[in-house]
Amino acid sequence: MAPRPVELSTSLIVAGVVMIPVATVLWYGGGPARLTPADWSALWFTIWQALLSAALSVTLATPIARALSRRAFLGRATLITLMGAPFILPVIVAILGLLAVFGGNGIVNRLFTPLGLPRLDIYGYHGVILAHVFFNLPLAVRMILQGWLALPAERFRLAASLGKPVWRVLEAPMLWRVLPGAFAVIFIICIGSFAVALTLGGGPKATTVELAIYQAFRFDFDLGKAATLAIVQLCLGLSAGFAALKLTHQTGFGTGLDRQVQRWDGQATHAKILDVLWILVGTLFLVTPLLAIASAGFTGLVYLPAEVWLAAIRSLSMALATTLLTIGLSWSLLHRGGEVASLLGISVSGLVLGTGMFLLFQPIVRPAAIALPVTVMINALMALPFVLRILAPAARDARQDFGHLADMLSLSGFAQFRIVYLPRLRRPLGFAAGLTAALSMGDLGVIALFSDGQNATLPLQVYRLMNSYQIETARAAALLLLMLSLGLFWLCDKGGRMRVAS
Amino acid sequence: MKTALPFVAGLMIATHAIAETPVLTVYAPDYFASEWGPGPGIEQSFEAQCGCDLEYRTGELLPRLLLEGKNTEADIAIGLNSDVSKKARESGLFAPHGQDQSALTLPLDWNDDTFLPFNYGHTAFIYDNTKITTPPSSFEDLIAAPDDLRLVIQDPRSSISGLALVLWVQNIYGDQAEQVWRQLAPKIVTVTKGWSESYGMFTDGEADMVLSYTTSPAYHIIAEEDLTKSAAIFDEGHYFMVETAAKLAGTDQSDLADQFLAFVLSEKFQMMIPTSNWSFPSALEEAKWPEGFQNLPLPETVLFYSEDEAAALRDTAIEAWRRALSN
Repeated sequence: MAPRPVELSTSLIVAGVVMIPVATVLWYGGGPARLTPADWSALWFTIWQALLSAALSVTLATPIARALSRRAFLGRATLITLMGAPFILPVIVAILGLLAVFGGNGIVNRLFTPLGLPRLDIYGYHGVILAHVFFNLPLAVRMILQGWLALPAERFRLAASLGKPVWRVLEAPMLWRVLPGAFAVIFIICIGSFAVALTLGGGPKATTVELAIYQAFRFDFDLGKAATLAIVQLCLGLSAGFAALKLTHQTGFGTGLDRQVQRWDGQATHAKILDVLWILVGTLFLVTPLLAIASAGFTGLVYLPAEVWLAAIRSLSMALATTLLTIGLSWSLLHRGGEVASLLGISVSGLVLGTGMFLLFQPIVRPAAIALPVTVMINALMALPFVLRILAPAARDARQDFGHLADMLSLSGFAQFRIVYLPRLRRPLGFAAGLTAALSMGDLGVIALFSDGQNATLPLQVYRLMNSYQIETARAAALLLLMLSLGLFWLCDKGGRMRVAS
Repeated sequence: MKTALPFVAGLMIATHAIAETPVLTVYAPDYFASEWGPGPGIEQSFEAQCGCDLEYRTGELLPRLLLEGKNTEADIAIGLNSDVSKKARESGLFAPHGQDQSALTLPLDWNDDTFLPFNYGHTAFIYDNTKITTPPSSFEDLIAAPDDLRLVIQDPRSSISGLALVLWVQNIYGDQAEQVWRQLAPKIVTVTKGWSESYGMFTDGEADMVLSYTTSPAYHIIAEEDLTKSAAIFDEGHYFMVETAAKLAGTDQSDLADQFLAFVLSEKFQMMIPTSNWSFPSALEEAKWPEGFQNLPLPETVLFYSEDEAAALRDTAIEAWRRALSN
C-alpha cells in the first residue's frame, strides 16, 4: 500500500511507542523481578481462559456469520450494528448487564425457577468464558462476516456451475484465512482481562496477570515486577500473533469481477432453519444484556447533569481524532510486519504503558497538558490491530487481484488508492472506522496518571458516579455512552456500505 | 461570530488574572475531586478565604507522587489511607503538618505528625433490612449463617476496602484467618476489583450483603430517603479506616498548604464531609453531625493496625484469603 520505507518506519514507530515505555518502567523499577507461585498460577489461568474464550468465540461466530451472510431479513443491518456494542461497554456496565440476565437474580433464573429447573450459578470459570464470549463473539462474527462478504460472486457462480460444494472449495479456504487472525486478536484481548474475569470467575482463582500488574503498581509500587509481568503478557500476545500469521495462508483463486454475490447453495429447508436458529440464539445472547442496560438507564436519561453531557462531547471529539489517526496509520501497516507490530498495542498492559509514558514525558512537559493527545495516541494503538485484521484480508485480495493490472497501467499513489483499493475496501474501511470510533468512546483510557480531573471522559464519569453512590445516574450515563458509541459505529459502518448492496 | 472576540478577550483577561493568584495544587483520588464528591465544595469555601486558586489533580494518588518524586507539583495530598501510608512516609516526600491534633474526634487515639485525618469510617457488611430481619451480629454469626446467604466483597489486591476486610479478619482471628476464610468461602458469591462493582451488584439484588462502610446507610437515608439499608454491627468490633491529608516537603506554597491543613480541621470543612464524602468527619463533635449520621449504629469496639503493623501483616493476610478462596 504505502511505499516500503514508509511501511517499515511506521512499524518501527508503533513498536517503539509500546516497547520504549515498557523498557523505561523496567529500568526505573530496577530490572526484572522474580515471579511468585501466585504469579505463575495467574499466568496459567490467564492463558487457558484466553485460549478457551477465543476458541469458543470464533467457533460460535462461524455459523452465525454464515447465516448472516446468506440470509436477508428485516433488522439484519440493525443487528449487525448492535454487534459492535458489547465490545465497547465500560467493564462495570457490561458486568451489571450480564448479571441482570445470568446472575442469581437475573432473567434466566427467574425463568428457570418456576419451571423447576436447577438454578444457574454464573460465578466460576464458565462465567469468565461466558463473559468473554459475550464481549468477543460479536467481534468475531463481524470479522468472519467480512470474509464471507469479500468472496467474489464469480466464485459462487463457478462453484454452482461445476456442482462443487461451496463449503469445501470456497468457504473453508476463506475461513482458514480469516479465523487464525480473529482467534489471535480475541486471545490477546482475553489475556488483558481483569475486572470481568475476577467478578464472573467468583474470586481469586480467576486471577489474571493484569490483576497482578495492578497490584504491583498500586499497592507495592514494585515497577520492576509490573514491567516483568507486562513483558510476559507482551510475549504471549506476540506468540499468538506469529502463530496466526504462520497459519494464515494465501488463497489465490483468480480474480472476480467484483459483482454482487448471489448464492445458489443453502436453499434447502434444513439449512434455512439452522441459519434462523443460529441468528436467533446469537441475537438473544447478545441483545438481552444490552436491553437490560438500556432499561436500567432509560428513566435517568433526562436528568443527566451537564457534566455528563460535557464529558460526552469530549469523548466524541476524542473518538473522531482517534479514528482519523488510526485509519491513517493503518494504511502504512498493511503488511505482515505491520500486523505484528500493531499486536503489541493490545498485548501491552495499559497501566504499564501509561506509567512508562509518564516517566518519559514528565521531565519535559506537564503531564496534564498532554493528557488528551496521549489518550488519543494510546486509543489508536489499541484499535490498530482490529483495523488491520479487518482491512488486511480485503487489501491483500485487492492487491493480489488488481495489483498487477494497476502496475501495468502505472497507477501509483493516490490514484491507485482511489481506483483500486478504495472501492474494494470501502466496506471494511467503514467497519474499521466505526469500530475504532466506538472503541475509543468506551475506552476508560490508561491515563489515570496524566489526568488533571478537569477533562473527564464519559466512561470515567460513569465510574465517578458509581463511586459516589449515584447508581441511577451512572446507569443513565452508561446508556448515553452506549447510544453514542453505537451511533458512531452505525454512521461509519453505513458510510462504508453505501452503494454496496448488502 | 460577533460574540467570539469579546469572549476570547475576556478569557485572556481571566487567564491573566489567574496567573497572578497563587495556586495550591492538591492531589486527590478521582472520586474526591469529581463533581459528585466533596472536592468542589471544599475548593469553593477554601478559595473564598485564601485568596488563592485551589487546583485538583486526580488519579492514582500515591503511585503518581512516587513517580514524580521531588519534581512533584503537589503542595497537598489528600485521600491517603493509613493502611498504605507507610510507603508514603518512607518516600520522604512529606513534611510535618504542624496542626494541633487535640481537636480530632476519632474513636481512637491518633498522633501522627505527618498525616492529618479528615474523615473516617469502619468496614461493615451492608444488608437490606426488609429482606434480612435478623442480621448476623458477629463474625461467628456470619460464619454460622446458612450458605445461601450471598456475600460480595472486594479484592484486597486491588481495592482499599478489600484490604481493610482481610486486615479486619486478621485482627480478630490471627493465625486462624485462613480457616475463617475457608468457612466463609461458600457464602462469598464473588470478589470484585473495586467497591463500586460490589455495591452495584448489591443494589441490583445480586447479593444479600456487601462489604462496604458503616456510613453507607447514611447515603440512602439522606439522599434517597430510603431506610432499608443497614450495616450489620459485629460484637468483635470493626476495622477502622481513616483518610488523611498531608503537606509535601517540596511545596512552593508552604503557607497556603499550612492554611489548607488548618482548614481541614475547621468546622466548615468538617461539616461538608458527611454528606459529600459519606463518611464521618474527623474533627467534629457528634452533636453537629447531620441527623442521618447521628442515628447510625456504631460499633462499640474499633479495631485498627498501625501502618507498621498493617505493612507487616498485609502479605500474610492477603495470602490467607487467597489460599482459602482459591479452592
